[in-house]
Amino acid sequence: MIPQNFFCAGSMYTYSSWTNYWEGTFKRDNGNIGKLTTNTYTVFGNYGITNKLDVVFSVPYVTTNASAGTLKGQGGFQDLMMSLKWLPFKAGLGGGTFSSYVILSGTTPLSNYEADFEPMSIGMHAETASLRALLNYQYGRFFIAASGQYIRRSDITIDRTSYYTTELIYSNRVDVPNANNLLFSTGYRSPKFNVEAIFEQNTTLGGFDIRKNDMPFVSNTMNSTIAGALFKYSFNKVAGLELTTGGNYVLKGRNVGQATTVFGGVLYLFDLNKR
Amino acid sequence: MKKHILKIHIAAVIACMVLASCNKTILQPTNLQYPVLSPANIDLNADTWKPILITSASAFSVPAPDAITSPAYTADLNEIKGYQAGLTSDQKAIISYWSAGAVLRWNEILRDLVAEHNLPPYQNPDGTYPIPSSTNPFAYPEFPFANPPYAARAYAYVSAAQYDALVAAYHFKKLYNRAAPYVNDAGVKALIPKSTLPSYPSEDAVVAGATVEIMKLLFPTDIAYIEQKAAEEMQYRIMAGANVRGELTAGQSLGVQVADVFAARARNDRAGKAVGTPAEWLSLQNNATSRGDQYWTSLEFPARPPMLPLFSKVIPFLFDTLTVVALRPGPPNLAGSPAFQKEVAEVLSYSQNPTREHQAQVDFWADGIGTYTPPGHWNAIAAAEFVKENYSEVHWARNFALLNMAEMDVAICCWDTKYFYFNERPTQANPKIKTLTGMPNFPSYTSGHSNFSGAAATVLTYLLPDRGTKFTDLANQAAMSRLYGAIHYRSDIEVGLQTGTKVGQYAVQRGKTDGSGY
Repeated sequence: MIPQNFFCAGSMYTYSSWTNYWEGTFKRDNGNIGKLTTNTYTVFGNYGITNKLDVVFSVPYVTTNASAGTLKGQGGFQDLMMSLKWLPFKAGLGGGTFSSYVILSGTTPLSNYEADFEPMSIGMHAETASLRALLNYQYGRFFIAASGQYIRRSDITIDRTSYYTTELIYSNRVDVPNANNLLFSTGYRSPKFNVEAIFEQNTTLGGFDIRKNDMPFVSNTMNSTIAGALFKYSFNKVAGLELTTGGNYVLKGRNVGQATTVFGGVLYLFDLNKR
Repeated sequence: MKKHILKIHIAAVIACMVLASCNKTILQPTNLQYPVLSPANIDLNADTWKPILITSASAFSVPAPDAITSPAYTADLNEIKGYQAGLTSDQKAIISYWSAGAVLRWNEILRDLVAEHNLPPYQNPDGTYPIPSSTNPFAYPEFPFANPPYAARAYAYVSAAQYDALVAAYHFKKLYNRAAPYVNDAGVKALIPKSTLPSYPSEDAVVAGATVEIMKLLFPTDIAYIEQKAAEEMQYRIMAGANVRGELTAGQSLGVQVADVFAARARNDRAGKAVGTPAEWLSLQNNATSRGDQYWTSLEFPARPPMLPLFSKVIPFLFDTLTVVALRPGPPNLAGSPAFQKEVAEVLSYSQNPTREHQAQVDFWADGIGTYTPPGHWNAIAAAEFVKENYSEVHWARNFALLNMAEMDVAICCWDTKYFYFNERPTQANPKIKTLTGMPNFPSYTSGHSNFSGAAATVLTYLLPDRGTKFTDLANQAAMSRLYGAIHYRSDIEVGLQTGTKVGQYAVQRGKTDGSGY
């Protein structure tokens, strides 16, 4: 959380790539894709409405590229994300501090990008609404956190009038399955320096598997188990400036690429209170 | 603490509102909204329409029906009444589905199976590719790989067999002249529109019998599924009061007999040898180099053998194999020539500057892996128009037979041209050309989409002249989508449309002289 009437502005660069992917449970590479790279450039902001309620937004610009094959890389503004982050409960417990958070988010596409061009598409083009509950326990400078998120996704409209899932469907509307996400993190947190390890599980609620040597589709089941790390550093000399970096790796997946992701960003905290 | 509970309560309410706002409508597939078939004309003279392969309906055996005073017929009527006394919602759904029409629904089932089987095989560990085998259809890769030529042929055989089977059925309908169950017994309700067409043998059963029999050859791994669909359709006719069981049994038997004529043709139409051999694949290179052209190479990795190079030798329905050669257009622009360079530059510009509208057009017409292929797309377009016309089943079958024989024959002509010239794709000429859809694994000249679409539009414009330029406009869009997608040169498209139109005219000529009067 950031304090009331503070605004944190930031930008982030994310590089993600995979060579291997899963068709259902069948792991393979593909000489017609080579390495699939996704670059994401995000600007975001976080404003403290109160000390216990933040509003957050982000705007990502995404490009994709395949190192082999003929498919053309895509690029464009992806989905605007807005969320409210609320700290309803914080109390001392056993010598440490226990706190809980509720995060309500929504996303909406920022451009008319094509979702029906997997794996080159920059996104699903669905509107989403999600609710995350997060529990955090801090003991000295060590913490452990767990959270769960439910993501509801809207139908989307594609440019075709029929498509095959497990049967042929005569419609240009696609039921994009909902999903959930579980996150566990633990690490060291101080005013100046932050390091944590993150374990993540993404599960699609429904969808279907890519068949052997078929093309992927937006309503596939897309599950992944991801391990990652995150570092943050705040400067003493320039109050409010923070650098963040990290990365993660897909340990196990279903109908997703085995992506390696690294990111780095700069954040600056503004105090908007009148002095 | 109370304050906290209130806040949490408010947050939960907001959360529910936000989550509920994500639009999750129940999908309403267009084909499940088609109305019940109510023919404007029963086409009682269809026994005189010119069949495609069979010579005479009287050569088939359909025993005389039981007299309507017989205990067997009474038992058949009682079966209907038994169903109608307590139809479940599932049974009503079966009636609703099949009452849109037998030819329509079987065409959709075929499109579904094509999409399911339209998957290129995954490579072997040594970089070669396994080939689906009709003698071992369940082993990976499952037989068939329903690529566009295979699919075009499948649609043609199913449609043509259905048409001949219905023409034969009309002969026996008139011969035995038995009225529908609801005419013979006031206790039987007609749950679909009543018809004065004699009901022995059943036209639905004839269509099902013919389709199941020919599909055994085309989609051998799906026989159980196809049989189940046929059983469901037979049940529909009984539940709807439209046929007694004896009419269905006779119809299915006739359908199988007629389909066997088509199956015999299919076994010997040379499609089974269309894959070719490694030596034949290699010798194709000479087709290009002998003209001083650059030969085609697969842009897949590992390199995949060209798709069905000997499909050009398959025996067409509408003309002979010499006509295939006569319809072959002149050669493409030679690699490196100024005309060629100009066309490559145009493809590159579409590759580098795609508009969202062009992307949408490319995607709409992509009809690639996992789809019903371009001929299937034209079947879907045709079906959506035919449902507005209140055709009889035999009229439906005639129209699909004309359309799909043209699609199969144009596939043969197009494949003949592709492999006779064996020229390179734009990306092979200039690797900077990235594509907006999957690159097909066969030579460029001429465009398959353009051939299929030119032929389909010609046939459909003849069948439905009041649609004006609708089908021609669609064909032009389909063809141009391949240039926008950066997988074809403009000349592939223009010449492909011309060949398609010529082949379509053969079907039109047939339609004009088939005795239907349409």
